[in-house]
Amino acid sequence: MNNRELLACRDVSLGYEGRPLLTHLNLEVRAGDYLCVVGENGSGKSTLMKCLLGLLPPLAGEIRRAPELRRGAIGYLPQQTRAQRDFPATVYEVVLSGFLNQGGLRFFYTSAQRAGALMNLGKLGVLELKDRCYRELSGGQQQRVLLARALCAAGALLILDEPITGLDPAAAQDLYKTLRYLNESEGMAVVMVTHDLTAALQSARTVLHIGRSSWFYGTAAEYLRSPEGRRFQKEGNA
Amino acid sequence: MTVFEMLSYPFMRRALIAGGLVSLCCALLGVSLVLKRYSMIGDGLSHVSFGALAVAAALGVTPLSFSIPVVVAAAFFLLRMANHPRWNNDAAIAVMSASALAVGILVISLTTGMTTDVDNYMFGSVLAMTKADVGLSAGLSAAVLVLFVLFYHRLFAVTFDENFSRATGLKVDAYNTLLSVLTALAIVLGMRMMGAMLISSLIIFPALTAMRLQKSFLGVVISAGISAVGCFVVGLTASFVLSAPVGATVVAVDLAVFLLACLFRQLKSRGAAGAK
Repeated sequence: MNNRELLACRDVSLGYEGRPLLTHLNLEVRAGDYLCVVGENGSGKSTLMKCLLGLLPPLAGEIRRAPELRRGAIGYLPQQTRAQRDFPATVYEVVLSGFLNQGGLRFFYTSAQRAGALMNLGKLGVLELKDRCYRELSGGQQQRVLLARALCAAGALLILDEPITGLDPAAAQDLYKTLRYLNESEGMAVVMVTHDLTAALQSARTVLHIGRSSWFYGTAAEYLRSPEGRRFQKEGNA
Repeated sequence: MTVFEMLSYPFMRRALIAGGLVSLCCALLGVSLVLKRYSMIGDGLSHVSFGALAVAAALGVTPLSFSIPVVVAAAFFLLRMANHPRWNNDAAIAVMSASALAVGILVISLTTGMTTDVDNYMFGSVLAMTKADVGLSAGLSAAVLVLFVLFYHRLFAVTFDENFSRATGLKVDAYNTLLSVLTALAIVLGMRMMGAMLISSLIIFPALTAMRLQKSFLGVVISAGISAVGCFVVGLTASFVLSAPVGATVVAVDLAVFLLACLFRQLKSRGAAGAK
């Protein structure tokens, strides 16, 4: 039960308008996993994200998603948009909106949901920001608030799209530490798209590298020994 | 008292009720539109509704029964356009606005000729509100208010973050469509009083003013509604006293309040910086 499958791709091809970016992909994410997706820009990372979230059907093959994920219980941390940075909303309003996937046709938040929002704010160490305006927060604080919202929506899986974009190194380290905590202590499975390979490899258990024409999928240690991994590391350090 | 004198005219009473209700609707819808960076859609729709009114006048059909379906269709189209990844959205909307305006002017000048009607469509007339319009405005604002209260949290989520909402299973496209259809209706109802050139300010100004003053989304929604209705009532009264066109007067009041809000925020942030 603890090791149950959340997401699985079987011989999947991804792309737009019949043009595949990525073919014959196999991978699976089980409860408690930590997967990092790396690769160059335009290699299909965001397309894969969309397919895993169920927003885009694959061109071929099958993506299996656990029943709760199909109902929307995914803790998704999207890339921030420009419009969001100066959005007039309190932190509490933003975090509560994570619960809307449980709503059915309920129009207002329950007291359990209100308590849950506060708990998740506390878990991420931003409870004291509850009544602050979202647009007045620093980049790192905003990211924590969005992560708290993702936790409200999540059952067992967090999906993060370039979560450290725009953060300074210290804030990025903090975020990684938080993710590791959520993964190890709360058993939350993490799927993260990132450019920051070195930091990602510290916590990732499995790595998917998407290249121009091929892909690599394996454990972090295997990845470091693979040709893709070595080349990417060299470029990253240069 | 000028206010009592004003209210002794039935057309002023109608203008006050219908205009106040339409202002309220526009302000509520406007908060979402402005925050989603869809302000141009409101502007585009007002130009389309001008074209539709002109064509309706030329065909001799009742203006509302013709322009409501046309503008609602345009709302669908503009929304599709605004979300299209590969189109140059703002250019496309600008082109559509200008084209609708050109069609309207051509149709009018080839049929009835450029009369005061055109002037009224462009810049509005306080005499435009009929009893039927008051009824329609009341119905529309009731619909907007009910939908807004019931779907408030979902509208917030969709406005704040479409991608997240989509991933967690909210029907984002349905809410966007609802938003633009209601906006289309509000514009059609309001434009004959406010004028095609000026109606979009009812959508944009209250939201901008409220965003200067408030920190929470709920606060923004409530202050936008209050400032919209307040500015409309003040503007209508001023236009009656000064015998000025109502649309332009209301926009001038909206602008003044917006500038005051900007000033207030400046002073407040300077005060906060000084306190530190």
